[in-house]
Amino acid sequence: MNAADTAFVLISAALVMLMTPGLALFYGGMVRSKNVLGTIMQNFIMLGVVGVLWALYGYSLAFGPDVGHIIGNLDWIGLNGVGFEPFKAYSETIPHQTFMIYQAMFAIITPALITGAWAERMKFSTFLVFMVVWSTIVYCPVAHWVWGDGGWLKNLGALDFAGGTVVHINAGIAALAAALVMGPRKGYAGYGNGAEAFIPHNLPMTVLGAGLLWFGWFGFNAGSALAANALASSAFTATHFATCAATLAWVGAEWIHRGKPTTLGAASGAVAGLVAITPAAGYVGPMSAIIIGMAAGSVCYLAVLAKVKLGYDDSLDVVGVHCVGGVLGALLTGLFATKLVNAAGGDGLFFGNPAQLGIQALAVGVTLVYSFVVSYILFKILDATMGLRVTPEEETAGLDLSEHQETGYSL
Amino acid sequence: MKKIEAIIQPFKLEPVKEALHGISIEGMTVSEVKGFGRQKGIREVYRGMEYQVDFLPKVKIEIVAADDKVQAVVDIIIAKARTGRIGDGKIFVYPIAEVIRIRTGETGDAAL
Repeated sequence: MNAADTAFVLISAALVMLMTPGLALFYGGMVRSKNVLGTIMQNFIMLGVVGVLWALYGYSLAFGPDVGHIIGNLDWIGLNGVGFEPFKAYSETIPHQTFMIYQAMFAIITPALITGAWAERMKFSTFLVFMVVWSTIVYCPVAHWVWGDGGWLKNLGALDFAGGTVVHINAGIAALAAALVMGPRKGYAGYGNGAEAFIPHNLPMTVLGAGLLWFGWFGFNAGSALAANALASSAFTATHFATCAATLAWVGAEWIHRGKPTTLGAASGAVAGLVAITPAAGYVGPMSAIIIGMAAGSVCYLAVLAKVKLGYDDSLDVVGVHCVGGVLGALLTGLFATKLVNAAGGDGLFFGNPAQLGIQALAVGVTLVYSFVVSYILFKILDATMGLRVTPEEETAGLDLSEHQETGYSL
Repeated sequence: MKKIEAIIQPFKLEPVKEALHGISIEGMTVSEVKGFGRQKGIREVYRGMEYQVDFLPKVKIEIVAADDKVQAVVDIIIAKARTGRIGDGKIFVYPIAEVIRIRTGETGDAAL
């Protein structure tokens, strides 16, 4: 047991917790004012829903004793046996309970990321059911495969330092399934002339949210070292420089493409950079991080533009930022990873190990397929039984009034 | 008595108000409004997508003045709110039937 490590991971857990309200502001600012509370609520309530679920059985399913390399068993149900002694397979220097509460914050923010896809139209009751089921049958197994003791992707040597596959690809591709099954918002006809304008109502709120995400992400990535050591410092550094570079890249891309650098572009680029560096943070050096950030900022900008061409309404670009950014980061980890940064990690293609890229691609592919298929079926079932969307009248009135009977702003 | 209603550029409110103080106008009402005139709308860009925004933010000033001050008020608004570019706004002048000060019950010019 190590007091510094324990203190560092507990603080990191608190930082990651703050990301969920940060995400609520990031998303909340981008919707129209009649949906600001509905959007914020779908994020904030996850602290409650997944928080309780995690203590009851989620942690046991994701990290409990292995069953067939696929899922944890229920030995740790109700946190039974998750005590103060370290669980050596996860960390030898912090209490098992500390690891559990740190992981709880990841389980909370991952499904919250998906909410951007169906913003401004999803029914709250169905949303809650979806989140409970998705956390149980998608998040917990995928977390087990990649991070759990005995998980099959972990055994294969896939590198995912802080959750590129488990968090971002997983949530990002579920967001695509959501947008496809649910259909576009009322009045959405692509963009441009004739279509209703879906203009962000409060970009300062979005930028504040992006700032809180950036801040909290140091806990997400550096904290994933699970110790107050050089590796944490390295992950912190890589996270920061990748994000700086991605912010510049997105703003630069839109400046060239549309003629003006925008604040929303800076905030979006920062989040794209944070996403892409997440799997790589503990395996790459600072210069590699800058390259990963540059790639993320420009590629995610193009991915967001492609949405219009492809014709689905992913309201707040969860696919373009989290899925595309996550895939990019996971693959680039297979190029830029080096044991010079983390001896317990691996070498990528550029450091003499081309096989790593293949393993990364496999982890990406498996996560994409599993999460998409299960999410798609789940949405279809819920659509047929409870209904995914509010009524057209409720959609016109806005979620704040129709789902929550309150308004975000009153004069 | 006349009511002078002017729709002006938001950044011109301060100079107009200052100049109106100079001719001892006793009150005005200001609101933030949106609309379009010949200037039409503008283009805004969010995450690379262009949107046409039809209603532009303007400020509406409402002043009720005695007949002998109406021309001075109009002249000041024109002088201070004008940039010479499209989008400077308009002034409307209406007849007023009656004015009553709620506190005292005074009417007419005395209530202004």
